[in-house]
Amino acid sequence: MKAPVSWIREYVDLPAAATTDELAARLTALGLKLEALERPGADITGPLVIGRVLTMDPEPQKNGKTINWCTVDVADANGTGEPQGIVCGAHNFAPGDLVVVVLPGGVLPGGFEISERKTYGHLSAGMICSSAELGLGDDGAHGIIVLPPDAGKPGDEVRELLHLDDEVIEFEINPDRAYALSLRGVAREAALAFEAPYADPALRETPAPNDQGYPVVVDDPAGCPVFVARTVSGFDPAAPTPRWMARRIQLAGMRPISLAVDVTNYVMLELGHPIHGYDADKLAGPIRVRRATEGERLTTLDGAERTLASEDLVVTDDTGPIGLGGVMGGSTTEMSETTTRILVEVASWNPTSMFRTGKRHKLTSEAGKRNERGVDPTIPEAAADRVVELLVAHGGGTAEPGVTKIGVAPEQPTVTMEAGLPARITGMEIPAETVVDNLLAVGCEVTGTDRLTVVPPPWRPDITDPFDLVEEVARIVGYDNVPSVLPPAPAGRGLTQEQLFRRRVGRTLAGAGFVEVLTFPFLGETAFDTLGLPADDARRTALRLANPLSAEAPLMATTLLPGALEALARNLGRGNGDLALFEAATVTLPRVGAVAPILPVDRRPTPSEWDELNEALPDQPLHLALALTGDRDTAGWWGPGRKAEWADAVEAVREVAAALGIEVTVRAGDQAPWHPGRCAELFLGDLSIGYAGELHPRVCKAAGVPERTAVAEVNLSTLLAHAVAVVPGPEFSTFPVAKEDVALLLPVEVPAEDVAQTLREGAGALCESVRLFDIYTGEQVQAGHRSLAFALRFRAPDRTLTEAETGEARGAAVALAAERHGAVQR
Amino acid sequence: MSAPNNSFDPVQVTPLGEEQVFAMRDAALQAIEAAADLDALKQVRTEHAGDRSPLGLANREIGALPPQAKKDAGMRVGQVRGAVNQALAARQEVLEAEAEERMLLTETVDVTVPWDRSPRGARHPITMMSERIADIFVAMGWEVAEGPLVEAEWLNFDALNLGADHPARTMQDTFWTEPAENNVVLRTHTSPVQARTMLTRTPPIYVVCPGRVFRTDEYDATHSPMFHQVEGLVVDEGITMAHLKGSLDHFAQAVFGEGITTRFRPSYFPFTEPSAEVDLICFVCRGSGLAESGESACRTCRGEGWIEWGGCGVVNPRVLTACGVDPERYTGFAFGMGIDRTLMFRHGVGDLRSFFEGDVRFSRAFGTEI
Repeated sequence: MKAPVSWIREYVDLPAAATTDELAARLTALGLKLEALERPGADITGPLVIGRVLTMDPEPQKNGKTINWCTVDVADANGTGEPQGIVCGAHNFAPGDLVVVVLPGGVLPGGFEISERKTYGHLSAGMICSSAELGLGDDGAHGIIVLPPDAGKPGDEVRELLHLDDEVIEFEINPDRAYALSLRGVAREAALAFEAPYADPALRETPAPNDQGYPVVVDDPAGCPVFVARTVSGFDPAAPTPRWMARRIQLAGMRPISLAVDVTNYVMLELGHPIHGYDADKLAGPIRVRRATEGERLTTLDGAERTLASEDLVVTDDTGPIGLGGVMGGSTTEMSETTTRILVEVASWNPTSMFRTGKRHKLTSEAGKRNERGVDPTIPEAAADRVVELLVAHGGGTAEPGVTKIGVAPEQPTVTMEAGLPARITGMEIPAETVVDNLLAVGCEVTGTDRLTVVPPPWRPDITDPFDLVEEVARIVGYDNVPSVLPPAPAGRGLTQEQLFRRRVGRTLAGAGFVEVLTFPFLGETAFDTLGLPADDARRTALRLANPLSAEAPLMATTLLPGALEALARNLGRGNGDLALFEAATVTLPRVGAVAPILPVDRRPTPSEWDELNEALPDQPLHLALALTGDRDTAGWWGPGRKAEWADAVEAVREVAAALGIEVTVRAGDQAPWHPGRCAELFLGDLSIGYAGELHPRVCKAAGVPERTAVAEVNLSTLLAHAVAVVPGPEFSTFPVAKEDVALLLPVEVPAEDVAQTLREGAGALCESVRLFDIYTGEQVQAGHRSLAFALRFRAPDRTLTEAETGEARGAAVALAAERHGAVQR
Repeated sequence: MSAPNNSFDPVQVTPLGEEQVFAMRDAALQAIEAAADLDALKQVRTEHAGDRSPLGLANREIGALPPQAKKDAGMRVGQVRGAVNQALAARQEVLEAEAEERMLLTETVDVTVPWDRSPRGARHPITMMSERIADIFVAMGWEVAEGPLVEAEWLNFDALNLGADHPARTMQDTFWTEPAENNVVLRTHTSPVQARTMLTRTPPIYVVCPGRVFRTDEYDATHSPMFHQVEGLVVDEGITMAHLKGSLDHFAQAVFGEGITTRFRPSYFPFTEPSAEVDLICFVCRGSGLAESGESACRTCRGEGWIEWGGCGVVNPRVLTACGVDPERYTGFAFGMGIDRTLMFRHGVGDLRSFFEGDVRFSRAFGTEI
């Protein structure tokens, strides 16, 4: 809402010394937030005066244009009293006309400095101004401003005449302050802010309703509780909008169009009540307000043909719908340059219906914006009367005696409140008298002393609850007076174990050289194609957004890999190599067919309702994704680096697991998007938690990342659920360790991890650890085989082991490996 | 004690007269002094103090002397041997120090060479700020609550007094999921966690909830379809707006530094009444609105002296009712701040997109704690 300060001051007697900055600050403190402060006219300086055109000689130019060489009388404004010679390109004036002249030394909007200059063979000393050149907007004249003959005399300053100077405060208006979408409302708040006298522009004597007015039937009083109609006839459609009115409409952010339209907009801005004007001669028969029938059609003023729904409120005549009630009029009865008889409609509409209709037809209008938030239902007669007054005053018509009024404004609901509530809720000391005074100041009727019975003013449909009254009182007392007190929280238990574990994951990975990224969870099907997911892969079943930002990414991610690869590629594109990225975020795994119920709000949901609601939501486990490319150990003067590879991805997951006190085991896996021969499936016991390894070469190519890029994705929720909160204190033997190495020849297909497990099992309780330390294939090993060398450590808790004991344990380990895997000791 | 010398052998016997013994001493001391390194000294030790050295042999002779001579010679040889050994030890020490010095010199390296063998890891500033904020409140006894990103419409809106026809619903441009009749949305704020918390805990409730939220905002330098909020909720007996102000002042100072205060402006949120916008006194210009030079406007707050930080208010009793909390007995407050926004102010990040591009230079700049 843009409010010219001169207009605000018309209804509230602000102290003369109050600056606009102060006004804006005080209104902000009351809840009308300053968005911007404009000072129109401030960018025009220098002499700007009335001139009378004395002579005007058209001179055709080579470029096809014709310019006018004019002499203009500006009296003594130029210091000489001699006529001023000015070249002008416009033609919409004649000798004898009064025009607006800016003399040399003046500056127009945009820093346009006026000086004497040679042009078209003349010395042009000044400029005859158009509306647009003065920042007054397009007045429709498409030429220079021609002032009425009685505007003044040559040499007179015109700033005031043109209403050039004003200050405009733009406010951000919250949905509960719809009344402030009007000067009436803004001025009322200004009066509150300065405790200044206020004159309500809606308070006016209006003629009593009678039965001579235009016939109107309202079929749906709930949708349209009040409908007022007045008629003006003999209106001059060519009559111009007075300059002050056009200027105010323009400063308030709307566009002046024609007198009839401008008057309805002006009164809407003034009083906050939307108004619609019909060309009365285009109406056929009585007006009827009803709900539309499904599929009815209406072409609205914006030229759009709309198919109506049975919930839409329509204004109709004998021809059918002629307007979408309260939202936008129809084109068949639109006022035009030939309209001489105007029917003025001011009607109250049901806000919910307005909201739904606006949403259904994706229609936002100044009228709809106000009607859907709720307007004062007691002022339609005043608004209609004001419109009639202005039309008659400036358009020369007469007000017909008929006054139609259907319905009455609904009664305001009563709210009761303990007088002590505002103090109890805000923590400020607010005596009961202050509470009553402040409620009266916002326009409430208040009775009672301890327990107050409050009738909110009709322009405040938002006030329905005691807490709404608390806010009214509090904002007048001033939010700045709320004391600052820490609440007495009971002793807390700190972070949950899971929250602590989650932090550990991030810290571990950062410590291991991984950089955390956060990516958008929006994907398209092409992301799954890039990963080479088979058609039946579960990850292709994703939750779809009804209104995605991009049609290419309408799905909620079921995997974090696309985001990680995209981040990898973006980094590479920016010259960041040697990358190790991680992201921990939820993925969305939809459930089919579950509906999340819309539960009542007047009570707590029952346990079964609560379960039903939660079970309707998709499963949203936390995943962890890793992606690596480039050097894991950087090359340098010390020698070559080591490229990141499949094993780094596996090891990082193991490290995370270790940080959580659990051990991940690895088996060969086969899952897209991994290289089928370099894909590790990761397990917690028998529970598969995800995969790690090298990206399939085709996927590398498709995703635009280097070959041999390594990635991992695991279900972090599962890992966290198994994390060990309390690590048992370790017990270890202090007796000497006995070390034994074994080298085993095995077929290459036998996984090293299996052999290690077997050795551990075979070696028995004395075996402390088994560690693979060498893999050898070569001349001394038969084809299809390899040699795996393990270091075994033995130790007893209570004694030094004898050579015989360790030898026996080692032998048992080797024997089991031979039996189970066909291992032959080298 | 050796046996009497029965096999006197003039060749092997060295006279133990004063002159000879002192000559041995002088020769030894001279050799010790002349030893240039530890190897040479070792040689000298063998030659002049070893078993087969003149002094060593002399020592051995002592036992064969008659008693009086034995005593004299013993004293003499003993003194001389002591002096030689002392000289040896001293020289040993000097030479060892020299040798060590030489060794250290030869081992000198260029300590300015780089050793950046493993790329540095980092956590995301949003994660770290979320944790830091959580810690601030945990230190006051609050707990950290959480909820899903894909959320029931009822929890995101209705339970928060945002009925289906509430104009404020359009203020939060919502991502809806298909099919629409399932009533599932991407949460537009962290406020559904308020409702979840009240429905799963009993007062007193003191929680914060940092998390991701989504709105259908086009992606640019100041808007993103995904961003982060931290929600705070307190429900207890006797809670007032003053407690809200106190909590936010504390929060502001913990994040932005001592002396940073907040300002409330009346505002509107369906889930709180009274509602307020929270402004933060600009931590760069401290409210003056001026840049350091004093001439131009402060760039952080654009000359306003205050920065819009978030929204807050007293929990609307309608919300308490929908969430099963007795509004007659309990009151509460709630607030919501942008974490991304907080980081942008605090660290002067100019473009919101920096948070979501995944450029490692961005996260690395913040390290592992914020």
